[in-house]
Amino acid sequence: MTAVLTASQRATRRRRTLLVLGVLTLAVVAAYLTVDVTGSWGYALQQRGRRLAAMAVVAVAVAVSTVLFQTVTGNRILTPEIMGFDRLFVLIQTVGVFFLGAATVTTTDPRLRFAIEVVVLIGFGAVLHRSLFGRTERDVYVLVLLGVVLGSTFTSLTLLVSRLIDPNEFLTLQDLLFASFTSVDRQMLALSAVLVALVTLGVWRLLPRLDVVALGRDTAVGLGVEHRRVVNRALLAVAVLVAVATALVGPITFLGLLVANLARQLLGTHRHAWVLPGAALLAVLALAGGQLVLEQLFGFNSSLGVVVNFVGGIVFIALLIREPRQ
Amino acid sequence: MIEIESVSKSYGGVRVLDDVSLTIPTGGITSLIGANGAGKSTLLSVASRLLPADGGRVRVDGMDVATTPGPVLARRLAVLRQENAMSVRLTVRELVAFGRFPHSGGRLTAEDHRLVDEALAWFELGPLADRHLDQLSGGQRQRAYVAMVMCQGTDHVLLDEPLNNLDMRHAVQMMRMLRGMADELGRTVVLVVHDVNVASCYSDRIVAMREGQLVAEGPTPELMTPELLRKVFDVEVEVHELAGRRIGVPWS
Repeated sequence: MTAVLTASQRATRRRRTLLVLGVLTLAVVAAYLTVDVTGSWGYALQQRGRRLAAMAVVAVAVAVSTVLFQTVTGNRILTPEIMGFDRLFVLIQTVGVFFLGAATVTTTDPRLRFAIEVVVLIGFGAVLHRSLFGRTERDVYVLVLLGVVLGSTFTSLTLLVSRLIDPNEFLTLQDLLFASFTSVDRQMLALSAVLVALVTLGVWRLLPRLDVVALGRDTAVGLGVEHRRVVNRALLAVAVLVAVATALVGPITFLGLLVANLARQLLGTHRHAWVLPGAALLAVLALAGGQLVLEQLFGFNSSLGVVVNFVGGIVFIALLIREPRQ
Repeated sequence: MIEIESVSKSYGGVRVLDDVSLTIPTGGITSLIGANGAGKSTLLSVASRLLPADGGRVRVDGMDVATTPGPVLARRLAVLRQENAMSVRLTVRELVAFGRFPHSGGRLTAEDHRLVDEALAWFELGPLADRHLDQLSGGQRQRAYVAMVMCQGTDHVLLDEPLNNLDMRHAVQMMRMLRGMADELGRTVVLVVHDVNVASCYSDRIVAMREGQLVAEGPTPELMTPELLRKVFDVEVEVHELAGRRIGVPWS
């Protein structure tokens, strides 16, 4: 197990792993599009294609945001979702509908709405960032606890507000929040795809510096990386990506954790140029594969979120138990 | 040359550095000594811009560390902190290669690879190059970190307690390697050391600190005196000459 591979052997293995992941993902995508089509092929492909596109957008957003968040916090257990980012997003929507009314919210330019939501998420990210880096000794349990408390506070507030909301407005709100993969708005999808693509491209230039940031603040500063600037940009990207993913399909808490750690494990590296594509492919694989199994085997009787969270939750606990020993 | 001008630093109302002014000349090894909490590590951190100073300024080759762009400074000055726990899993070669980051930004050139190999050889890490850091002993790991800092190829190398966790053999080995960096490669090495005798045997100059203030600085033989050591450490220390070296003995 502790066989020592040379750098070039490792690189070869990484390339092969990524290739295998790519082929697997293509196979699952093809299967998802074509299995058990009855009736019009054109219609089936259009419907499934749109769902698949939504999954791909969410997969990339979740994978990239999780890897970046873990890098800047120097932690492999926390994800933006565990720290309550996505539930804050839900809370903002709910509070918006409550105070402004569904009519105002839905008629506001979606880009403006989105911008406001992202700004609040960035603010939250900044506060979290301070509390994460402010302490000298980063106790992972305290942080996880903080995330759980924040997350459930946001959820409780959301519940409270949604009970106060007029029932009709509540229906609109639900439409806003839980689009799920089966009913994604086409315009929203296009907007999200563009945003995710832009952010991912923007992040790509940061990757070498993020590799250094992953070594810890002091080492990064010593190597001449403007740590604060890189971290701020990464957190900005995280806020946008989480907002996109949550706006599209609602919270999937453990997907990011699952794919980020699996990607590092499989590829045997922390280099972002490898981990990001790996995690994104794994996320597409998990979502499309999971949805395929759900639709074909269980006849839509369960939600994908439940399955992903079940598997991801187990991984989370395993990591939590293992971490202190390192 | 590192010029420190009336630098102050407080943590929560406690003054850790109190108006410290000091010039560290180019070349050789300079050791910072002092009791725990004397402000040695803080001074090193401020000088290497890991910590911002509350007052005063530090210049390296005339460049103010607070305002010089990170990448520019990282080609002049390298620093290694005491704590280096990393959340990422790296091989020794990967770690050492990060030392080239200020020069090539993550895309290693042939020249970078040559320098990485050179640093690995210098610290006798060749056979361990493809091992992961967590598979190494404490001493080997420490060597890998110092190799990364050396690979950065800077004129100034600042190290905070590089002998931490090293046994006698590895401590001597490390000091010889640092001595070599200063003598053969012409680097200016600044160390925080808690063992006075290590400072005495291996460094050209000593900077003594106490309670955030500079007590004395100068060539090693001038500072290795019972009077000064008592002033710095609050303990009676006999200083004996042994084989041309001054050795302090506090157990009297």
